[in-house]
Amino acid sequence: MGLLSDPNRRRALISLLTRLNTPICLVCYMAGVAWFMGLAFEPFTLRTYMSENAMGSTMVEERFPAGERALATGREFAAHKKKVGGMPVDWLVKTMQARGLEVFTQSFSRTLPFPDENKERYMVKGTNVYGILRAPRAPRTEALVLSAPCSPGDNNQAVGLLLGLAQYFRNQIYWAKDIIFLVNEHDLIGMQAWLEGYHHTNTTGMDWSPLQGRGGSIQAALSLELSSDVITSLDLVLEGLNGQLPNLDLANLFYAFCQKIGVLCTIQGKLQRNDWDSVSGYSHAVQTMMLMVMKQASGRPWGDHGLFLRYHIEAATIKGINSFRQYKTDATTIGRLLEGMYRKLNNLLERLHQSYFFYLMPSLSHFVSIGYYMPAFGLLTVILLLRETHIFTGRYLSIYSACIGNSPLLIKYVSSQQSSPGVLSVLTPLVISHLTGVALYTLPIRFQEMAVEHFPVSETEAVVLTAIAVYTAGLALPHNTHRFLSGEGTEQGWRVLKLVAVLYLAVLLGCTALINFSLGFILALTLVPVAAFVTPHIPKVLSAFILVILSPACTLLFSVFFFQELQEMPVSFQDGWLLYLSVISQGILDHFLYGSLVYPLIALLVYPCWLLFWNILFWK
Amino acid sequence: MAAYRYGYSAVLFILCGLSVFLVTNGQETILTGDDGAAAVDSPQTVTETAEQTAEQPAVEERQWEVTEVEEASPDEAAADKQDASAPETLVPPSVPRPKDDFQEELVIRPLHSGDIYASFQFRTLWETDFMRGNKVSHYRLFPKSLGQVISKFSVRELHISFTQGYWRTMQWGQPFLPAPPGAELWVWFQDSVTDVDGTWKELTNVLSGIFCASLNFIDSTNTVQPSASFKPLGISNVTDHRFLRYATLPREIVCTENLTPWKKLLPCGTKSLQLTELPLFSLQAGLAVLLKSEKLFHSSFHSQAVHIRPVCEDWQCKTTSWELRQTLSVVFDLHTSGQGKREWSLFKMFSRTLTDACPLASSSKVYIDITDNPEGEQFELIPATPLLSQAVVLGDRRTFSVYDLTQQITFGAVRSLNLLIRWKSTEGDMLRPLLHGERYVAGYGLQTGEIHTLMYNNHPYRSFPVLLLDSVPWYLRLYIHTLTVTSKAKDNKPSYIHYQPSKDRVRPHLLEMLVQLPPNSVTEVTVQFERALLKWTEYTPDPNHGFYVGSSVLSSLVPSIVAMDTNSTQERPLFSSFFPCKEESSYFVRVYTEPLLVNLPTPDFSMPYNVICLTCTVVAVGYGSLYNLLTRSFQIEEPSLGLAKRIANIIRKMRGVPPL
Repeated sequence: MGLLSDPNRRRALISLLTRLNTPICLVCYMAGVAWFMGLAFEPFTLRTYMSENAMGSTMVEERFPAGERALATGREFAAHKKKVGGMPVDWLVKTMQARGLEVFTQSFSRTLPFPDENKERYMVKGTNVYGILRAPRAPRTEALVLSAPCSPGDNNQAVGLLLGLAQYFRNQIYWAKDIIFLVNEHDLIGMQAWLEGYHHTNTTGMDWSPLQGRGGSIQAALSLELSSDVITSLDLVLEGLNGQLPNLDLANLFYAFCQKIGVLCTIQGKLQRNDWDSVSGYSHAVQTMMLMVMKQASGRPWGDHGLFLRYHIEAATIKGINSFRQYKTDATTIGRLLEGMYRKLNNLLERLHQSYFFYLMPSLSHFVSIGYYMPAFGLLTVILLLRETHIFTGRYLSIYSACIGNSPLLIKYVSSQQSSPGVLSVLTPLVISHLTGVALYTLPIRFQEMAVEHFPVSETEAVVLTAIAVYTAGLALPHNTHRFLSGEGTEQGWRVLKLVAVLYLAVLLGCTALINFSLGFILALTLVPVAAFVTPHIPKVLSAFILVILSPACTLLFSVFFFQELQEMPVSFQDGWLLYLSVISQGILDHFLYGSLVYPLIALLVYPCWLLFWNILFWK
Repeated sequence: MAAYRYGYSAVLFILCGLSVFLVTNGQETILTGDDGAAAVDSPQTVTETAEQTAEQPAVEERQWEVTEVEEASPDEAAADKQDASAPETLVPPSVPRPKDDFQEELVIRPLHSGDIYASFQFRTLWETDFMRGNKVSHYRLFPKSLGQVISKFSVRELHISFTQGYWRTMQWGQPFLPAPPGAELWVWFQDSVTDVDGTWKELTNVLSGIFCASLNFIDSTNTVQPSASFKPLGISNVTDHRFLRYATLPREIVCTENLTPWKKLLPCGTKSLQLTELPLFSLQAGLAVLLKSEKLFHSSFHSQAVHIRPVCEDWQCKTTSWELRQTLSVVFDLHTSGQGKREWSLFKMFSRTLTDACPLASSSKVYIDITDNPEGEQFELIPATPLLSQAVVLGDRRTFSVYDLTQQITFGAVRSLNLLIRWKSTEGDMLRPLLHGERYVAGYGLQTGEIHTLMYNNHPYRSFPVLLLDSVPWYLRLYIHTLTVTSKAKDNKPSYIHYQPSKDRVRPHLLEMLVQLPPNSVTEVTVQFERALLKWTEYTPDPNHGFYVGSSVLSSLVPSIVAMDTNSTQERPLFSSFFPCKEESSYFVRVYTEPLLVNLPTPDFSMPYNVICLTCTVVAVGYGSLYNLLTRSFQIEEPSLGLAKRIANIIRKMRGVPPL
């Protein structure tokens, strides 16, 4: 503090900060990126460990014997599914009842805001079937969920295994929590309907019939996806709605059982490698972590489990993957793995809370906790604060030198006098850019019918193209803004606007990163340089190009290509563009169907904020 | 509110007065081939009896023997007035007629799901007076520990139950004795008690010791005084609910340590039996031999209870006696112990068979509910018994096969009774219970929530009133203005509401409502609540488990199933069936909903220190320096003057000349 209370030294510090502002910012940016890349380096990460006592020391035995029978049930299910041409509700009810479960159904219907072309659905009607295994001598206060989506083509083996496990679990005496076996139709929509019905909430305007049977508060859930009789590995999917993750102990539990039973397990479809000291090993870890970051940033549920997280239910999806590897795992082994996991979850005395909720995983056995990855983000946001200080002290010093010897009150008075033309010039672009944001949020859905009438496009295309059109139209904002202003923008005016915009961005990114680190980090990577360098005095064309390249929409475009690259499925530009369009439509659908917040966040806050910088560039 | 209370007090009193007949409204015993007994019975019985006579003419001789015993022994399930008049024929004549009496019985009901429900009842009746200051010192059959409790704490009625599991009404029908999961205790005190709360506190602590349970956790924060739901079940002239205390502990886990003290209260329950002439291995006798803990807890539902109440000695009610009724209900699960075979035997259920009756018991019987199996097409009962009994249980006329353990003939040649029930068909549909309830918490997040209570009336055309009792802990702050009662999508105005708001850390919310349930409907009661933030010492050791809210209690007079059959002219003379109303037109039933587990906002108990340190540092360094930078006033530093100049300045000041 002595540093700052001594005016001389303070002045020295301020002048240092002012003089070296750009290099410091550059260093911070580099350091932030380097820190982030270092997170995947194995010696810097922690090994995962089981924190929950109730799941750690207690031993369970896995004895599930009936994998073959489960597969036969799955085939029977497939046959009935084919016959009915959808979910074989009656057959499922009968089969579950025969296994001694209390069986209930729930019907639901939902009309999408516009047709979903990926899954080819618009008016969705379906039925969920679930059976509750009542735990003996338990008062119906706690429950676990095992779900398998009933999708048109595949996943029959998962339903078969679910029914097989139900039959086996029913004959055991040790259950302390009710177990709900759920077969949901129309994957996420059905799951959303079921969860809303179970918790009697309605956040997305879906129609569902109320549930008849419940099992109390759900402690944990697993969703099962299997499409072949034998598998080579099991993939764990953690990313849920809005980038929420389940407690790390759930991942630990899965990993522990994979190790115990000897099943290959992956995360993000990537096996774990031991050669962390080689370049390829390191890049493998980076790929895995980047995939998680991209998936988390997208804010969409990457499996049926993703919707549970809103209700504070720890959930994950387990996917069976059948590749060309030699060693195969049969259904009995998967059944034993699930049995073990459920028995341990059954032993839980409290909800999973001991381990981390905020983490990244460069491999299944290593994790990066919030304390390690936050500095990377912090280094990026520090740039914003430095620029802030730079602008502020620049202004301040100029005023200060002008009114030296006067009281602080007078300085304030003077400064407000000087910036008074700036208030209007700040407010107008702020309001207009936010109105553009509101237009971007509302117009695509509103105008789809009109667009379909006037242009030869489908509804989905209409929505996406309207969104892009509104987005592009926003680039004309500076010219419109200037009409509202009396005269030319002053030097003070853009400084004040930049001050506000940088502060706005800092707060916005900070809040986003707290909720969804990946999204915040990706946005910071692109928007912080924009915020740092933009002034009206730099070459217009080049800067405008850079600004557009770093805008949220282009960030999304690059992310699409990058994501494909990471998944080792590179696409041509043409395909990438189509993929980009479908990603936009999916993002909008995610918001309206499940309440994902990424679309409104981008449309209502990030895009207007970026527009402010665009405004600054065209200030004169 | 007061107007409502007066207006509907009549309904309440009828409702609660009839609650005396908790289990049964009456029982009539008929015997095959016994024309004399059948003559006094209802006409329906006549036809049945006639059928049975036709079926089993061969065993008529033996049945006459049994008849005498059957007539002589009192029936436990009968109403109180009938009970007390029974002569005790089984007590050896050498002993002077004691004033106490012990009966035991076991009812087994095969359920449609393939499960089996076994309910024990042990009743000790003692003609004595614990009150009026006379010290009772000689105990014979009545347990001394409970007798002392009654006299010390001036208890008029005491009902305590320990239950592990939840009774699945929709699968199992109504239980003989309903009980909520966990522990439930309700006590009526004598009106002579002045400090009811103090006595209650002491009593719970004493009972906690007797039953080896955590009843000492009952305090003012979970005790309520229901105004209408719990009325005395014995003879009583006190209905002022100031003398009533009701508490539940939904978290209580019931296990062998609760069973052992409960068994010790039985005259034939443990090895402390006084009959030395019996060999060592058979110190347990009668039905109590079946109470093996490893089997009783290998079940879907386990409930044990103790009920103490004063009852009339005879029908004129000149003298009163004390009744101690110990009950134990258990449901065995077909799937977990069935090995695929749909059959049950005493040995499979309890890993014991019956060999004798309790020598101290005046009556010892096993009843098997064969109502759904009149022709033996559902299941097969081995050994068969000719003795049948009919009783109206929970509004339904049920038929039971009776095995009298006091008769040697019951045990047959192998001198052991191992009842075997073998299912023949898996079909069969249970009549939907007329009333059942459900409860759950709606909403997400840790700030607010909503409690939904669903009450189902499955009667096709009759509506009936239900008294709902909700006791919610204070840390769920109920927003009572959000209370809604809807049935069939319409607002259903409760005719009586008694609401006592909670006081933080002192007492819970109490909500009692009388709601009319329309026929064939679901009535939903919702109330929103806010989750309170507890003080950090108030959290339990496992705060992330959640906090329990006890079951709601639905008490109701439900229209009888017997009165429900619309086509009642079958099998009955025409003169008896014109008016639909009959003597058992409605019956009292109490239904408990499931308890709730609610998560409260819980701090991360491992983190606060780190978080506080980190936050404080960040705020101090970051914010402090920024604040400093912004608000500090700037002054030009005066260069320090030399001594000579200062002196010169002073002189100049004195001279009135401006300083240098």
